[in-house]
Amino acid sequence: MAAAAPGDLALIAKRWKDKRGSLIMALHDLQGRFGYVPRDAAQELGKQLNVPLARIYEVITFYNYFKLEAPGKNIISVCMGTACYLKGAPEIVAKLSEKLGVKAGETTPDKQFHLQQVRCIGCCGLAPVVTVNEKVLAKVKAADVVDQVYACAKGA
Amino acid sequence: MTVKAIINGIPVEVAEGTSILDAAKKVSVKIPALCKHPDLDHTAACGICIVRIKATGRTLRACCTPLENGMEITTHDPEIVNVRRGIVEMIMSKHPNECVTCARNQNCELQTMCADFNIHTTDLDNIVPDLPVDATTKSIVLDPRKCISCGRCIQVCQKDQNVWALTFMERGIETRIAPAGDISMAESPCVKCGQCSAHCPTGAIVEYDEGPDVWAKLADPELHCVVQIAPAVRVAIGEAFGFKPGTNLTGKIYAALRRMGFKAVFDTNFGADLTILEEGSEFVERFAHGKGELPLITSCCPAWVDFMEKYHSDMIPHFSSCKSPHEMVGALSKTYYAEKIKTEAKKIYMVSVMPCTAKKYEIQRSDDMKSSGYQDVDVSITTRELARMIKQAGIDMQSIPEEQPDHLLGAYSGAGTIFGATGGVMEAAIRTALKLVTGQTPGRVDFEVTRGLKGVKEGVLEVAGKQVKIAVAHGLGNVEYVINKVREAKQKGEAPPWHFIEVMACPGGCVGGGGQPYGVTDELRLARAKGLYQEDQAGMWRCSHDNPYIQKLYDEYLGKPLSEKSHHLLHTHYNPRPQYQR
Repeated sequence: MAAAAPGDLALIAKRWKDKRGSLIMALHDLQGRFGYVPRDAAQELGKQLNVPLARIYEVITFYNYFKLEAPGKNIISVCMGTACYLKGAPEIVAKLSEKLGVKAGETTPDKQFHLQQVRCIGCCGLAPVVTVNEKVLAKVKAADVVDQVYACAKGA
Repeated sequence: MTVKAIINGIPVEVAEGTSILDAAKKVSVKIPALCKHPDLDHTAACGICIVRIKATGRTLRACCTPLENGMEITTHDPEIVNVRRGIVEMIMSKHPNECVTCARNQNCELQTMCADFNIHTTDLDNIVPDLPVDATTKSIVLDPRKCISCGRCIQVCQKDQNVWALTFMERGIETRIAPAGDISMAESPCVKCGQCSAHCPTGAIVEYDEGPDVWAKLADPELHCVVQIAPAVRVAIGEAFGFKPGTNLTGKIYAALRRMGFKAVFDTNFGADLTILEEGSEFVERFAHGKGELPLITSCCPAWVDFMEKYHSDMIPHFSSCKSPHEMVGALSKTYYAEKIKTEAKKIYMVSVMPCTAKKYEIQRSDDMKSSGYQDVDVSITTRELARMIKQAGIDMQSIPEEQPDHLLGAYSGAGTIFGATGGVMEAAIRTALKLVTGQTPGRVDFEVTRGLKGVKEGVLEVAGKQVKIAVAHGLGNVEYVINKVREAKQKGEAPPWHFIEVMACPGGCVGGGGQPYGVTDELRLARAKGLYQEDQAGMWRCSHDNPYIQKLYDEYLGKPLSEKSHHLLHTHYNPRPQYQR
């Protein structure tokens, strides 16, 4: 965990303590600070918010959004919402998986790319959709996706 | 307020808020369910309990739908039965087909459901998740492949026991039971109470089976195998042999154990009597002579000890230093008894039969459990394991004649017997505290305030003109209220709210232990406890200090309660432990 963490954690905990149903918001803050939810940070947050670690893990493993490990430099999200799914998202994931040598939810050993599947990101008209960091790739074809992703990563 | 409705054409009247599932029971209708347990809130996970509401034609889950006035309900028709079959088939499609080699074979709610619905072929593929078995606690074994995601274990672990070792990880088809972050159970806050295993409908959580090890030791001619049985075992094991719940089989169990090859058969009740002499003296020291902190808190439940060391270690000064009864008998079997029979302690192999999975952990809890120079209790098996061993040995429990224990460490009073029910330790301790403080035989030995299934029982008892305030909590979820009150009083510098507190981790005490025969409900807990109280009433001695074999032990060996020898063999220490090891 980064050296500045205790102070950040205390701030996050203070912000959300005693507010009902605020665990997810606190975890958002935590992930915002670290890029993922580190175990020791989750333990400390749980202590300060009086939330058992088991409950925190229930939440962070339930929602795709939360990451348990430090993601790579470039986060590739493939939308697996219904429209994207039907328009070929599984093939896109397969292609990226093959090229990067990681499964969805994993990070490449050189920490350059993190591949993940996400639920509907709300632009079904552009299906199938892939995002690389903040950049949205629309109507992606499996054959082109690797080049497009590399181009985005270079730009970033 | 009551509501009136009609179930399968039969009028029914129940209290407002009663679920359709429970209401149906009143008119002899059994609605099947795999997730709902009578001890627990509904989770509405399985969907097998669906029924049809006539007015809307909709099907709803009976477990989580309260009966309403004027409802007309159909619980069974061909379509509903078909839906239920379909659900069971789908559950089976991701369940390993390992029934004959499963610990729950012939005692599994899912297997029974399959049999009832006559499911032996299916069109669905069998896709079993590839998840590892976790036996790291050596007390309970988690096989997440067999989990049907009913949520009972999680509710028990989180809500009833407040331990939070288990949780649901991931979601949908990926959902699995695990400690937070896929660490091992041994690294988690698990206190090994085994209530998860007692409530699991399948073989996903079972006791760590050590029957085969015990058979191997019994066959070893070099060893002198001895055994002891806990109070709660005698009134529960009969359920595995067709006896009515609560039937006391003490004499038959002794006989069965001798036939299995044990050279001496002791009784943990003797250890319970001894605990009372030691702990009663400890209480009197603290209460009457101001030596040590009040309240005194009981320490005979290993899951409670583990929980306290992990969650409430500030209570260590309040804890009785007494070991639990089976540890006391274990230590004495390798010292006092070994000397008597002129056998080396290392040749004695001590097996304890307990209603408990946490006892398996306790026997290696710290070096204090090796006070004889060897591990004082070599192995601890549950009531369920002993029942299986008796069956393997071909012993007919219905007809086997009763026998006596080996009295040296086997004779006991009624006070020792009631250790197996919540409140029993307190009641037994009060009987002897009266004697210790006044020097006279107590005029009263029944203290009903300690009995029954209320989560926290409180009372004030008169001991030699002084008021002794007591509290009895069972089910770890009930502990926080008690501990917090003690803490508050301490912080404010006030007198403690109670002088003596008994805690048992399992609801109902040991009769409801995690290693007892399956299917526990409050009805069963009460029936088993009744069996213990009946033995107490009928006993020759009602008080631990009246047990002549305890007196003999002190005369011949220990000297007096809290003596140096007692401290060495019968007492222990506590240390704070981290909830998570990583």
